[in-house]
Amino acid sequence: MMDRIAGLGRLGLAIIASFGRSGQFLFGVLAGVPRPATGFPLLVKQLYAVGVLSLAIVVVSGLFIGMVLGLQGYTILSDYGSESAIGQMIALTLVRELGPVVTALLFAGRAGSALTAEIGLMKATEQLSSMEMMGVDPLRRVVAPRLWAGFLAMPVLAMIFSVVGIYGGMLVGVEWLGVFEGSFWGNMQSSVDFVDDVLNGFIKSVVFGFVCAWIAVYQGYDCVPTSAGISSATTKTVVYSSLAVLGLDFVLTAVMFGDF
Amino acid sequence: MAQRSIEIIVGLFMIAGLAALMFLALQVSGLSPKSAEQTYTLYANFNDTGGLTPRGKVSMAGVTVGSIESITLDRDTFQARVTMSIHAEVDNIPADSAAVIRTSGLLGEQYIDISIGGDLESLNPGDTFYSTQSAMNLERLISNFASGR
Repeated sequence: MMDRIAGLGRLGLAIIASFGRSGQFLFGVLAGVPRPATGFPLLVKQLYAVGVLSLAIVVVSGLFIGMVLGLQGYTILSDYGSESAIGQMIALTLVRELGPVVTALLFAGRAGSALTAEIGLMKATEQLSSMEMMGVDPLRRVVAPRLWAGFLAMPVLAMIFSVVGIYGGMLVGVEWLGVFEGSFWGNMQSSVDFVDDVLNGFIKSVVFGFVCAWIAVYQGYDCVPTSAGISSATTKTVVYSSLAVLGLDFVLTAVMFGDF
Repeated sequence: MAQRSIEIIVGLFMIAGLAALMFLALQVSGLSPKSAEQTYTLYANFNDTGGLTPRGKVSMAGVTVGSIESITLDRDTFQARVTMSIHAEVDNIPADSAAVIRTSGLLGEQYIDISIGGDLESLNPGDTFYSTQSAMNLERLISNFASGR
């Protein structure tokens, strides 16, 4: 009985300690600002790996999610004879919620897991400690560019996701099901507000990008340096990122769109 | 891949993101580049504003000419005082025009429609509409009808 209570206590302490370590780690990464001359090429390289290579999955899922929204929206709204409201439904759903959230989930699966595995393998093969031996700070050289790349790429991907989704919705709604194009765009423009909807969605994607990148690089840096450790760290990255994104989404939505 | 071509691709990626944001701003949310438009303020008192909300539109002959700034209660007359900002180029609203609360469609949002009067003088900034017509309240209409008043 006492053993179990002690085990629970140990678990709690371990969780709190890992929160503390990740905070310390984040501070170390952000405090070591990379020098512009060497830092910029590294950042560009990571932006390519994290952002550009995620573009394909983001564009394809965005297109299909927009098309599904158009189809589902049309079937429901046509019951009430208001299928012209399909534009505003698609745009609001995508810009406020699905754009940032689904992009963040895809981003965690596509880019976050790769970041964790890469840094974890560097740790397992002792590349990080040999960098330290050479007097190169691995936080500044390896981790910082990846964190910043995730932070910068995520909002860009979310915006592209929303635009492609709206295009997909238009494809189904206007081209296929025959909703009048003028009322599609007109309803959308009269109901979507730039500051309230687009900008708040943008802020959401910035927060999600930061959280996903932080979790990914921390899990890689903190993993047990064995093959089993890397695999469990990669799993943890995807699970924790998804949970954090969905939980934070509720909090941010309540703050941004809740009336209180 | 060479550093230079990676840089070019990342640059294109960033441009695509900016273009997406521009698209969301201009095409989806209908933000016009000249959003810092000159406006002036008019007031109107209503007995019942119904479901009127701030940021709602003010229109004239179906064309949007301004928006609702705020809705407050006048403590002396117990009427609702609606503050509207009207685009500066619409500066010749006849002084005897009426502000009418209408509903767009059957279930749509409510807005203020300015029905034009025939006066040669026009409303100046800060003026109050002389005649107004409150929101049509379906429940009140039915109860009036039922009680025969």
